[in-house]
Amino acid sequence: MNAYVGTPTSRVDGRAKVTGAAKYAGEFPADKLLHGFVVEATIPCGRIARLDTSEALQVEGVLDVLTHANRPPLADKVEPWKDEVAPEKGSPFRPLYDDTIKFNSQPIALVVAEDWETAKFAATLVRVEYEQRGFATDLEGERSNAAEKDKPHKPRGDAAAALAGADVRHEADYVIPTEHHNPMELYATTAVWESNGKLTIYDKTQGVQNVHKFLCGVFDKKPDDIRVVSPYVGGAFGSGLRPQYQVVLATLGALALKRSVRVVLTRQQMYGLGYRPMTIERVALGAKSDGTLDAVTHEAIAVTSRYEDFARNDTGWAEQLYKSPNSRFSHKLVHLDVSTPSDMRAPGAASGVCALECAMDELAVALKLDPVELRLKCYSDRDQSENLPYTSKQLRECYARGADAFGWSRRNPAPRSMRDGKDLVGWGMATGVWEALQMPVAVRIALTSNGHAEVSCAASDIGTGTYTIVAQVAADALGLPIENISVRLADSSLPQAPVEGGSWMAASSAHAVLAAAEEVRKELLRLAGKMPGSPLADTELADTVLKDGSIAGASDNSRAVSIADAMRHGGIERIEKEKLNQFEEDKKHARNTHSAVFAEVKVDEELGVIRVTRVVSAVAAGRILNTKTGRSQIMGSVVWGIGMALHEETVMDHRFGRIMNANIAEYHIPVNADVYDIDVIFVDEPDDRINKLGIKGLGEIGIVGVPAAIANAVYHATGKRIRRFPITLDKLLD
Amino acid sequence: MGDVTHQISERIPIRLVVNGVSHTLDLVPWTTLLDALRDHLALSGTKKGCDHGQCGACTVLVDGRRVNSCLTLAVMKDGAEITTIEGLATDGALHPLQQAFIDHDAFQCGYCTPGQICSAAGLLVEGRARDADEIRELMSGNLCRCGAYPNIVAAIQQAMGQP
Repeated sequence: MNAYVGTPTSRVDGRAKVTGAAKYAGEFPADKLLHGFVVEATIPCGRIARLDTSEALQVEGVLDVLTHANRPPLADKVEPWKDEVAPEKGSPFRPLYDDTIKFNSQPIALVVAEDWETAKFAATLVRVEYEQRGFATDLEGERSNAAEKDKPHKPRGDAAAALAGADVRHEADYVIPTEHHNPMELYATTAVWESNGKLTIYDKTQGVQNVHKFLCGVFDKKPDDIRVVSPYVGGAFGSGLRPQYQVVLATLGALALKRSVRVVLTRQQMYGLGYRPMTIERVALGAKSDGTLDAVTHEAIAVTSRYEDFARNDTGWAEQLYKSPNSRFSHKLVHLDVSTPSDMRAPGAASGVCALECAMDELAVALKLDPVELRLKCYSDRDQSENLPYTSKQLRECYARGADAFGWSRRNPAPRSMRDGKDLVGWGMATGVWEALQMPVAVRIALTSNGHAEVSCAASDIGTGTYTIVAQVAADALGLPIENISVRLADSSLPQAPVEGGSWMAASSAHAVLAAAEEVRKELLRLAGKMPGSPLADTELADTVLKDGSIAGASDNSRAVSIADAMRHGGIERIEKEKLNQFEEDKKHARNTHSAVFAEVKVDEELGVIRVTRVVSAVAAGRILNTKTGRSQIMGSVVWGIGMALHEETVMDHRFGRIMNANIAEYHIPVNADVYDIDVIFVDEPDDRINKLGIKGLGEIGIVGVPAAIANAVYHATGKRIRRFPITLDKLLD
Repeated sequence: MGDVTHQISERIPIRLVVNGVSHTLDLVPWTTLLDALRDHLALSGTKKGCDHGQCGACTVLVDGRRVNSCLTLAVMKDGAEITTIEGLATDGALHPLQQAFIDHDAFQCGYCTPGQICSAAGLLVEGRARDADEIRELMSGNLCRCGAYPNIVAAIQQAMGQP
């Protein structure tokens, strides 16, 4: 019954995207649309002493300048500001709430004008005086203030003693800088003031229902007063999980002026929002001379804001990857005068596993062991943190298939031993790991008698391919050609879905489609069974399938009634069914995806220029719903890994607590010429335990391990171990 | 500054031929070609990703040449022929590059895609790119944060008739 699932089906939203028809948040038209431009604070900490908007208000075309002093009401309790992704501890930032400045580039006013150019110009005329207070923005300078906020991870054995007695020991700090998501689409909201005084909010978000609930709470509105829509999202990578401040400002503007308001942030302003927090990752490994691990410790020290405790799982991944009788993990936070970090692709793991896998490479060098062999010696068939078996774990196969495709056996282990002309050649590898999460999702299917179905759900497609996989699963489950399936997503009025993140949406939405399709099949069987002389009379639901536009006996497809006939006899034109799918809780198994990443770099010995000429990523992530979009997702993640290894770094001037490279020219992301051959291998990983279709999700796993594989390749090429990312050429020339 | 009265400068009439259709617009002189297309002609297929010429999302063809429309003032292009992503398909039939981008999954979120495709269309006309390395180099003004680069190169090669 899998005409589409598992195939390289082209994106169903492809035509809309290649013709420019796909509309993003800042592109929806509205009558008498106004434009807002944000004025930002230029100090990191203190309060606004005076804010003079009179000059800006004199500009022809300016309607209002909203500030904390004149804005419409905003919730004054903490709870409404806590969206579903907000950290447990803390009080979220509230834009234009009061005169307090908590971070540099904080929004302090919104100029609203008839057109964007006017608003932008008038924003330069808002005069602000501050009372500045002392501040700190430097993680390394404040390292001594790091403190554990949550209960520490349960240690196993006595790691300190085991490290002290280890035959071979490696311990080092790895520094991951602050990084910004930089999706191509600017953060944007169009708040449409409808004729009945209700609001339709087109927002760049990964979760329309999260934003909907948040706005209803913050503005004290009934659910029916606000609708949040986001059919296309121009990349997000975690930046759209929490409601961004521009959605609050656009809504404030619309409520203040009773007109539609659009707020699009500039690229520079986007740096005032979430980011991957800078971390200092300290990893210590102790091994016996045979290469088996005795002890692992991993301590992460991470940035958070003064007002929220943002923490993710950087440490502890070793529990899942490597057998070790002794371990200790801790995550410490340093509060600084900056905005709260946010989830960014594979939050925690991208940074933490980078450090762990660099450390494993250093241990392999110390042990004179091949890096793959070391990992196989330490391979763990159980998740040691809870001592659980996995629903499936084909990591061994990832190592084998990846190494084979890469040609790893031809590697000369000595650093600086391989050359291509004047380039030093390095081969490195690393392991990747992520969780296979799944969440409750509801789907509605409306099947019409002509054999067309509309499948709808509030889930987002942030470029991940949700439209396409939902269409594939629905087409198979309903027995219809994919052209007959239309998918509606990302409207808060549609059936329940969480934010699109954590790699959980593929499994979650696919099983909700199956559940709703079963309800449709049940109804079709009821109708078909009642037909005179029905070939399906007395047939059990479990013995039926939907196939070729009919409901048919599962074992005998010739006993069939067409959808059209069943509905005609039932006297109906359409069947509409909605079903919430919830996964059974399984506390007896660990659920993870894995990868083995092999990278080749070529380093110009004189100039230090590093090119990543080949990457092989062998991924074990259960069943792959779409081998075309799935491959693209891993490939894109590998490109992220290249950026993390070699390019990406948000640079702060700590004298001013201000970001110096808040643009997309000086914050480097990989460009086309930085990316060469990327080979994605999906290792066969059947898993009938995790969920019915055996899906694990692909959004994060592709980046994890890539920066380490590249860093290890750079060491192999040059003999230089760079532990402070990104590995820019100046660090090689030192 | 206090005694200065801020007045929006006079609007300037210009004519743009966009996707074969002539438009007359009255624009303040600092309006970029990008904003003219998006805000004044409702052609939102051309994307704003940085407004500083750093990302290429706004790439359109002006008299057949690819340009960053965010770095181009509309008044500078009075009388010019502009082709945007909305003008590449003819009578509903996709341009070979559009089809190749779908075939090779050369995008994910789709936001850089109109700029990539317009840039690639300009590249084909330039005739400077002969192989994958040259395509990579000459397409590096168009950022793709989803990281679809290898697929973009493959799509352009397909449109060039290369295997």
